Amino acid sequence: MKLAYWMYAGPAHIGTLRIASSFKNVHAIMHAPLGDDYFNVMRSMLERERDFTPVTASIVDRNVLARGSQEKVVDNITRKDAEEHPDLIILTPTCTSSILQEDLQNFCDRAQLEARGDIMLADVNHYRVNELQAADRTLHQVIQYYIEKARKKGEMLEGKTEKPSVNIIGISTLGFHNNHDCTELKRLMADLGIEINEILPEGASVHNLKNLPRAWFNLVPYRELGMMAANYLQAEFGMPYVDITPMGVVETARCIRAIQKILNENGVDVNYEDYINEQTLYVSQAAWFSRSIDCQNLTGKKAVVYGDNTHAAAITKILSREMGIHVVWAGTYCKYDADWFREQVSEYCDEVLITDDHTQVGDAIARVEPAAIFGTQMERHVGKRLDIPCGVISAPIHIQNFPIGYKPFVGYEGTNQIVDLIYNSFTLGMEDHLLEIFGGHDTKEVVTKALTADTDMNWTKDAKAELNKVPGFVRGKVKRNTEKFARDRGITEITIEVMYAAKEAVGA
Amino acid sequence: MTLADTQPQALNFECETGNYHTFCPISCVAWLYQKIEDSFFLVIGTKTCGYFLQNAMGVMIFAEPRYAMAELEEGDISAQLNDYEELKRLCLQIKRDRNPSVIVWIGTCTTEIIKMDLEGMAPKLEAEIGIPIVVARANGLDYAFTQGEDTVLAAMVNRCPDKAPVAETEKEERNAISKLLNFGRKQEEVKAEESEYVNHPPLVLFGSLPDPVVTQLTLELKKQKIKVSGWLPAKRYTELPVIEEGYYVAGVNPFLSRTATTFMRRRKCKLIGAPFPIGPDGTRAWIEKICSVFGTEPSGLAEREAQIWESLEDYVKLIRGKSVFFMGDNLLEISLARFLIRCGMTCPEIGIPYMDKRYQAAELALLEKTCQEMGAPLPTIVEKPDNYNQIQRIKELQPDLVITGMAHANPLEARGINTKWSVEFTFAQIHGFTNARDILELVTRPLRRNNNLKDLGWDKLVKEEAKV
Repeated sequence: MKLAYWMYAGPAHIGTLRIASSFKNVHAIMHAPLGDDYFNVMRSMLERERDFTPVTASIVDRNVLARGSQEKVVDNITRKDAEEHPDLIILTPTCTSSILQEDLQNFCDRAQLEARGDIMLADVNHYRVNELQAADRTLHQVIQYYIEKARKKGEMLEGKTEKPSVNIIGISTLGFHNNHDCTELKRLMADLGIEINEILPEGASVHNLKNLPRAWFNLVPYRELGMMAANYLQAEFGMPYVDITPMGVVETARCIRAIQKILNENGVDVNYEDYINEQTLYVSQAAWFSRSIDCQNLTGKKAVVYGDNTHAAAITKILSREMGIHVVWAGTYCKYDADWFREQVSEYCDEVLITDDHTQVGDAIARVEPAAIFGTQMERHVGKRLDIPCGVISAPIHIQNFPIGYKPFVGYEGTNQIVDLIYNSFTLGMEDHLLEIFGGHDTKEVVTKALTADTDMNWTKDAKAELNKVPGFVRGKVKRNTEKFARDRGITEITIEVMYAAKEAVGA
Repeated sequence: MTLADTQPQALNFECETGNYHTFCPISCVAWLYQKIEDSFFLVIGTKTCGYFLQNAMGVMIFAEPRYAMAELEEGDISAQLNDYEELKRLCLQIKRDRNPSVIVWIGTCTTEIIKMDLEGMAPKLEAEIGIPIVVARANGLDYAFTQGEDTVLAAMVNRCPDKAPVAETEKEERNAISKLLNFGRKQEEVKAEESEYVNHPPLVLFGSLPDPVVTQLTLELKKQKIKVSGWLPAKRYTELPVIEEGYYVAGVNPFLSRTATTFMRRRKCKLIGAPFPIGPDGTRAWIEKICSVFGTEPSGLAEREAQIWESLEDYVKLIRGKSVFFMGDNLLEISLARFLIRCGMTCPEIGIPYMDKRYQAAELALLEKTCQEMGAPLPTIVEKPDNYNQIQRIKELQPDLVITGMAHANPLEARGINTKWSVEFTFAQIHGFTNARDILELVTRPLRRNNNLKDLGWDKLVKEEAKV
């Protein structure tokens, strides 16, 4: 048992559902008690999704607990198959229902006899893996299922696409800025003259999975999602993959060069150096910013970085290598993949922190007192308490990570966005400098909040106490309206009764 | 839309036993830990439970609140670890870090499935660590959303002191200093106060409401010379109300049927079965019922109700003649539907996760009466609705407003259906005369918003009529 206040990665079923609901026309059935289907709320609210989330909970209640699911799960699968004709239905338990040890594979097999679409049980251990690992696993499982199916039916298409092409693997619903990253990657590939073969899993159709090997290579922009699939496709079809996250000017160039190498090896003579040079020096503003006088003032400032592997590693490299900022420590909550992280960042920071305990992260921040934090929503709040600015660079996702405007983290536009984020997170470089020179441009005094001039209004003790229960941001308004109400009626003493009479009268 | 021709004669109850979405009952922690200021809530469950509290409830654990997860790991599930020792370790840590007056263990589906004997362990651990431990089984196998509060309050009923004098001295001891400062003044004040009330057996109200609403309802009853002896829950666990045999109890929320039963069976209290104080009509009926039980004639109530209705007119006119559909979420549905029908709306369907016809009897009767008086068709009450089927019915009926859980709100809006989140009614202050306006503020907001947008032609924001 573990006392837990906060989780950086969700439970396994969330990962499975992210994959299922990213695909087009795939439905997920959760074998779960009432209330465990909050994934639907997250997707609907955070992504502002217009369509109904294709996830249905087959509810485990006291009856199911007593007698087993019997026909319930099978009925729910076949019912959904008939109602919406999904290509694939993925069945998943949650942490809770997985301990019932019902034979869910058997439910799938039975449902498959009747169902028109395919039925699959997500093969994930709910106590051993987290959301990220489960997502990676489920994506791999779905791809493998359809490749094997196509092979059996002899439907696999031989050969590669005529022009160089890529599968982008790892774009998913409820991913951190995934949508915008995807758009940016498509632009980048277009610039490089590479066709998009498939994007997985977001918006993909399971029918097209058999076409995956037609691409010349796979691009896996995120360490957390897609590696299993890429490795599988490499093992099965000898497909090369690029797993360099194109985040920051240097890494984007490295990613492009890796792509170039693959194309060259496949007999296409491309040279992207001019493109990289053009983008780096003149299109992206990031390299210029690094060289600008503004960024000079960031030199040697202390920062700490914490997040998932992909983002924490990339941001650490950008801060250290591209901006000359001193990264005191870099940390990740992806404990299961800690070696990779260490290898990526150790030369760019003093210390590496591997933990998913937010109190340890908080203590580590307090200990080094950095000038800025780059972390998750949790570190943002730690920063608030310590009065240290924080830029949010990684999941766990929050409504703020689904901006309406275009804010990718990858590619050359991503480099601009990251510069803005970093620059704005520090007490502004130039401003800081000017403050030091001129001793500030704000008056130090706090303007008194003269919401009401002192009145002859007499508040009883109880009423005053009641007023103090009103949330601070409306208290002034309530006070003013109540006093106005009282004054209009010639009441001189404000009691609780007067307060509520005022509320009823004016909606204060 | 009209349903006049198919108007049934009496309330029509159905139980769809479908697949429906609502929040997990452990969500009650989010408001109860705030309400009971000296408490600590320990949710004993899995990562799934923890992520829910953190994420879907939007309750982020930043300010080190007084609740936490006891996260069950593989070793706990497979019974390799000793539950008692594990819980003791965590509770000692909580005692050391926070020193609460009570630790509330919230059992979950997982503790049910692995048959963890929380009730058996609590008294032993309580004696060992010296902090009261209350056990509530707020699990999704048996309960929905707001019923979580019911499980906690029902457990607390058993902890209410049963002798008034004992509790008094305790209180006095605690307040020794303030007593010294007040000298003998307090005694007189109390006496003076007593005379403002009619003589009636003690009345305890139950249901967790924000403090200002507690004050409002207490004052409303005071106006009728009825004294509220205590509230369950009180602001502090150490101030739980005294409950003696024969005390009267009345609930303020429709989802507290277990708490009501526990009061009656375990503490031999008398339950005042009334409609719930939601909306001016419900509030009046609630007060009237309490008055009638204590044999006192309510004064000025009709005027008060009328005056509230008058002040609501600017909102009521926006919804009069319109229809509202409840998908069902927080068990407040019957009370809200009754109030909205009184406002002049019609309601074809009230979905509700669980319908206790006995505890809600007075509310159901008032709903029926309201429909008759307003000439509105009687709604169909669908228990454990099937959300998929409901969406088909919504498509067919095209109601003017759907009150729904959060998972369905955006997709319905994208299809041109006005929605309001049901959870907002759980968290907003909706009880009593004073807050009736706040209910309508919520109800009319989508209508007012979409009125602003109506000339833009942005009704349907999905391309093909997606198959739902």
